[in-house]
Amino acid sequence: MLKSDVQLDTLGYFCPMPIIMTSKKIKELTLGQVLEVVSDDEGIKKDMPAWCQTTGHEMVGLEEETKDDSRIYKAFVKKSK
Amino acid sequence: MGPTKLEPATMLAELQESKPDRVTIVVLSGDFDRVMAAFIIATGAAAMGMQVTMFFTFWGLNVIRREGATSGAKDLLRRMFGFLNKGGAGRLPLSRFHFLGLGTCMMKQVMRQNRMPGIAELRETAQDLGVKFIACTTTMGMMGVTKDTLIEGVDQLAGVSTYLAEARQGSVNLFI
Repeated sequence: MLKSDVQLDTLGYFCPMPIIMTSKKIKELTLGQVLEVVSDDEGIKKDMPAWCQTTGHEMVGLEEETKDDSRIYKAFVKKSK
Repeated sequence: MGPTKLEPATMLAELQESKPDRVTIVVLSGDFDRVMAAFIIATGAAAMGMQVTMFFTFWGLNVIRREGATSGAKDLLRRMFGFLNKGGAGRLPLSRFHFLGLGTCMMKQVMRQNRMPGIAELRETAQDLGVKFIACTTTMGMMGVTKDTLIEGVDQLAGVSTYLAEARQGSVNLFI
């Protein structure tokens, strides 16, 4: 289980909304804090690492779980700049 | 005062440091689906910290015209054309299955049910994220579109040289 400081719920939103919401939310964090982005869009598995690579934040990890017959993805992003 | 002299190596490093990735998108189409793709790429790129410019031309100009705007031209032909080609993000037809508006209406309903943003919302998000909008003056002149019938926040009215000046700096240049 990874730990986070702030959680961001993007359930029900499709691309590009989770990424846009993440890019706005990360501004509220202080350096070194971890943002947990919760999404049910499978694209986030690839999109979040790509976003981190481009923006210079650190992708700490990704967790998957099944909740009420749907897959939930939790991406952990550490504010690094 | 002249520019500060820098060692070539430092200069290059500084340039690379300060230069964000640039994306330009020419929006020629006024089709709902194509414009949606253009905005998804634009907002996604802006969220990734890239500098994005959208250049709206021909049918694409309708996207940044006010809802229901007609032609401000004096001559009959252009006025007639303006009546048939009203502006507004809410009026864009699907490129396929438009079915006199029924198909597009159903598509919008499906999108709403799935909490997907529409064209107007995507456009607003793009503006929030600092995406630059340029309106093509040639199309404006040809269609009799005046500046006051464009939406708020159009950054520039310009032509092909402005686009090319931006595009030659861009690492991603799209034509939609």
